[in-house]
Amino acid sequence: MSFLDYLIANRADVLARTVEHLFLVGTSVGIAVFIGIPTGILLTRREALRKPIIGFVNVIQTIPSLALFGFLIPVPLIGGIGARTAIVALSAYALLPIVRNTYEGIRGIDPAVRESGVAMGMTDAQLLREVEFPLALGVIVGGVRLATVIGIGIATIAAAIGAGGLGEFIFQGISMVNNQVILAGAIPAALLALAADAGLGFLERRQSRWRRA
Amino acid sequence: MTTEASRTAAVEFDGASLRLGSVDVLRGVSFQVASGETTVILGRSGAGKSSALRLVNRTLEPTAGAVRVGGRPTTEWDPIALRRRTGYVIQRIGLFPHRTVAANVALVPRLLGWERERLERRTAELLELVGLPPDEYAGRYPAELSGGQQQRVGVARALAADPPILLADEPFGALDPITRRELQVEFRRLATQLGKAVLFVTHDVREARRLGDRIVLLEEGRIVFAGSPAEFGESRLPAVVAFQPEDES
Repeated sequence: MSFLDYLIANRADVLARTVEHLFLVGTSVGIAVFIGIPTGILLTRREALRKPIIGFVNVIQTIPSLALFGFLIPVPLIGGIGARTAIVALSAYALLPIVRNTYEGIRGIDPAVRESGVAMGMTDAQLLREVEFPLALGVIVGGVRLATVIGIGIATIAAAIGAGGLGEFIFQGISMVNNQVILAGAIPAALLALAADAGLGFLERRQSRWRRA
Repeated sequence: MTTEASRTAAVEFDGASLRLGSVDVLRGVSFQVASGETTVILGRSGAGKSSALRLVNRTLEPTAGAVRVGGRPTTEWDPIALRRRTGYVIQRIGLFPHRTVAANVALVPRLLGWERERLERRTAELLELVGLPPDEYAGRYPAELSGGQQQRVGVARALAADPPILLADEPFGALDPITRRELQVEFRRLATQLGKAVLFVTHDVREARRLGDRIVLLEEGRIVFAGSPAEFGESRLPAVVAFQPEDES
C-alpha cells in the first residue's frame, strides 16, 4: 500500500489529528501572545528586568521538548497526561520569540520618532498605542510566525504524553516500523508549518506597507 | 528684574544649571526670550545647547536655578500640557513613518481633542504655509518625501496647535546647503509673522546670524556672549572670534 493510499484510507483519522494538532499549537501560541507581548513591552519600560526575563525564557528554550513534557507530568494543576500539559509546555516554548521580538521591535524604532512623540506631549500610553506598537507590529508578527512554525514541529512530540495531534501517527509508525504511517503524520505537519509560515509572513509584510519609498 | 520684564518673557532661564551624572552640562545660565523674538543658542558640540532646549519642555529639569515658561517654573507645569504648547523641531525630524503627512501635522491638535473639521482645516492651512500644497502632499507618507520636504512637515507639525513657544534643535543641519538656505528664509518669515518665542539651537554661525534677533553663545555650559547678530559680528571676545567663519574675508 502506497503512502497516498494509506492517507486516503485513513483520511478521517488524519483530519481529526490535524485538527487536534492545530488546537494544540493555536491555543499555546495564543497563550504565549497573551503573556509574551505585554512582557516584551514591560521590558522596554523596565530595562533592569530584561536580562533575568530574557534569560529565563531562553533557558526554557534549551530544555529538550521530550524532557519538558516529562517533567510536567507529575506537576499538579498544569501537569498530567493529555493536551493540557502539552499546551503548557508549548506555550513556554513559544514565549522566547514573542517576548524577544516585541522587545526588539520596539527598541528598534528610530529614537527620533519616540523623542518627537514625547516632545509633542504624548503620554506613555499614547506613545505605545499609536507609535511604538504599530511600528513594531511587523517584527512582533515575525516572532509569532517563528513561534508557530517551531510549535507545529514540537507539538508532534506531545503525542508521547497522550496529547494527540499528528505525532500519534509518527509514534505509531515508529513502533510499527512503518514509514507510511510516520509520513501520514510528518507530511501534514510539514504542510501546516509551511502554510503557517506563508500566512503569517503575508501578515508580517502587510504591517510594513508604509515603508515604501 | 522688574515684574514687567518677567511677564513679557515667554521663556526665562534664571541661573539654570544642569548636572547629568558627574557632568555639569549647564552652569548658571540666565537669559530671556520674548514673544515674537528668535534667540539662537550657538555653541560647539557638547556645549549644552540641546540640553537647554530640553529644560524648556521639561524633558529635563534644572538641578539648580529655574527655567520659567509664561512666568511659571517648568517644574510646576504638567509636562504633558507644557509640551503640547511648545513646538519642537529636531534635526532627525522624527516624523511618524506609518502616518500620512496630514496625520503627522495634526498630531498635537488631535491630542488636544480638536474636532475633525477644525483639524482638517488647520492641517491644510499649515501645509500651505510651509509650501506643501495639501492636495498633493496630505495623503503621502514621510518616506515618499525628500529630506527638505520632511522637515517642512516637521515645522508644520510643531506649529500645528499654535504654540506660543517654538524650540528648534539644529533643524536644518542635515539638509543640503540650498534647501537649508531656503528653509532658513521661510523659517525666519514664519517666526516673525506668527509672533512665536523661538529658541533655535545651531553650531552654524551663519545660520545664527541669519535667523537670530539675539545670539547666546554657550561654551562648556556657560554663556560667554549674549547680544544682537551685529554685536556678535563686531565682538572681539576670543570665544566669539573663534566662531567667526574663516573664509569671510
